[in-house]
Amino acid sequence: MTAPTPTAAFDRQGDRTDGERLEAAMHSFATDFGVTAALHMESCVHCGLCAQACHFHIATGDPKYTPILKLEPFRRAYLREASPLAPLIRALGLVSKPTVAELQQWQELVYDSCNMCGRCTMICPMGIDIAELVRSARHGMYRAGLIPERLALMDRTARQWGSPATPAEDLPDILADIASEHGVEIPCNLPAADMLVTAAPAELTEHTKAMADAARVLNALGVRWTMHQDGFDASNIGFNNGDVELQERLTRSIIDTAVRIGARTVLLPECGHAYGAARWDAGRWYPDGMPVRVLHMTEFLDEMVSTGKLRMRPLGGTATFHDPCQIVRRGGLEAAARRVLAALGLQLIELQDHGTTGMCCGGGGGVVSNQRAAPLRQKVFQLKQQQVDATGAQRFVTSCGQCRITIEMGARQAQWNRRPDSLLELVADQLVH
Amino acid sequence: MDLLDLARGPALAASASVFVAGTLWRLLAIFRRPRQANSSPARPGAPSDAGAALGAVVRGLWPRRQFGQAAMVTTFNGYVFHVGLVLMALGYAPHIAFVERTIGLGWPALPDEVMYLASGATMLSLLFALWLRLNDPVRARISSADDYISWTLTFLPIATGMAVLGTPSQTILGPDHVVYRVPLAIHLLSLELLLIWFPFGKLMHAVLFAFSRSATGLRFARRGVQA
Repeated sequence: MTAPTPTAAFDRQGDRTDGERLEAAMHSFATDFGVTAALHMESCVHCGLCAQACHFHIATGDPKYTPILKLEPFRRAYLREASPLAPLIRALGLVSKPTVAELQQWQELVYDSCNMCGRCTMICPMGIDIAELVRSARHGMYRAGLIPERLALMDRTARQWGSPATPAEDLPDILADIASEHGVEIPCNLPAADMLVTAAPAELTEHTKAMADAARVLNALGVRWTMHQDGFDASNIGFNNGDVELQERLTRSIIDTAVRIGARTVLLPECGHAYGAARWDAGRWYPDGMPVRVLHMTEFLDEMVSTGKLRMRPLGGTATFHDPCQIVRRGGLEAAARRVLAALGLQLIELQDHGTTGMCCGGGGGVVSNQRAAPLRQKVFQLKQQQVDATGAQRFVTSCGQCRITIEMGARQAQWNRRPDSLLELVADQLVH
Repeated sequence: MDLLDLARGPALAASASVFVAGTLWRLLAIFRRPRQANSSPARPGAPSDAGAALGAVVRGLWPRRQFGQAAMVTTFNGYVFHVGLVLMALGYAPHIAFVERTIGLGWPALPDEVMYLASGATMLSLLFALWLRLNDPVRARISSADDYISWTLTFLPIATGMAVLGTPSQTILGPDHVVYRVPLAIHLLSLELLLIWFPFGKLMHAVLFAFSRSATGLRFARRGVQA
């Protein structure tokens, strides 16, 4: 493959030598490849169809954003270190070893221009799950100390605070403030509860209404629930950054806290990566089975609506829905959100690309927090903006706080007057008590 | 021993051995990679593993319309040369006679006219695929030596076979037919090159595609993704 155009968009963490960085990355690549990753690494026929699905390629037309190309140094690492022909490849020098300079060059492709949204997976005729391979690539990049500094800062913060934005010891005060501001009771640090409720970082800062509305819905249902400072932030920055150790720590902080207080359910906030990390990845650290049930807020609302426990005044009018990638395409909750919208009496006008082929907002995979990626993210945002405008729907709804933040930022930049509604907030506003 | 004897004898045995052993080795090495345990429960109502795998293999046969015309064109062109290759390999009377002579297994042949059509369409389709690889910015960027070697080794047996295609099958198979030993040997040797390359390059996708699609199908089915 031809190398992409060099770019200066890279950061380094730590003061290790290039040799040590490369060693750490190569070791990670070699050990990270299980059967599925190996099958996917081996199966590519270089048809290039994945570019047709990638919003970064669609928005820019630049072939360097072809999803499979984002894996090029990692493919070479795999071929040399872990593939069936690795000894032959090394002996004959058929594939060159990636260099730190190349890994630095690829940092932009792996972190700034990939949301790990998996739309490329849906088009691949070989069924290659490129998004998951990018996640493996990020593991190697993290170990090499080669991730965007903004994400590294959040990583360091989360290691210290248990959250990239909120110190754990401040949680009771923050929740008390939210409870007071919105006039709702928010239990915190109860010694026992049936449900441990978690939050996304923004719900404790700019989207506090979502936090208050979660409390409003749970209280209306009579659930015995609590939040807990030992495990409260479900966003899991380790999952996005490629920091597996942090991912495990943050996952365990939630699941183990739930077990300790006797909760049978962990309720995740309106957050996409929380769902990927806690619902589908957590089992990696609980080999004897997950000790609690993990539910996304959308899933919970759907269950409550479908069983008649939650009743709402119909809202009426039309709405379109942005499908968060980790919740729908990679999470399986396509129908759940639509059932809740129907229960709200909203007539759904689908986006041109929706459901499992919906376009990512552009902020997933940590791109929303990665400031240097903002100009590129803005180009991608315009695709979403055009599709929303084309529906003519009165409301624009989604079920992921990170998507909301990305879209709100994009809208401000584009001077677009639409803002996405939270599905949870719509439900809470229409509750029949 | 002339060139045809070499092609029909030791070269065939050697290339077939590399093909079988190499393919098995590559598969075995992949499936010996570690499996990551994950106890996160599947969504209730998820299909069986077999159902999910089969569903993914079938779903991968055609791209979703949302991905546009370019995806359709690429896929359609792929079908033309894949179907053409299968028809030529398995439907041409002299090929069937060769297989029958080698392993004792035979089946009815397709008419020569179908072969003319299949070989013409396949060659045009392969040339179009090569043109796309060279001229489409995305494909040009992601192409490797493997792509060009695999293309050449796929094209060669068709091109060398075309050299003898002018003679009707019945004549070639007839008792009085004088075998053009050198062209036939070259045709056979080109096929043998293909067999030798198969386990080492992307031609392995002919085997791997089902496993690769199934793996993603299983992942998505557990999650309840309607892919």
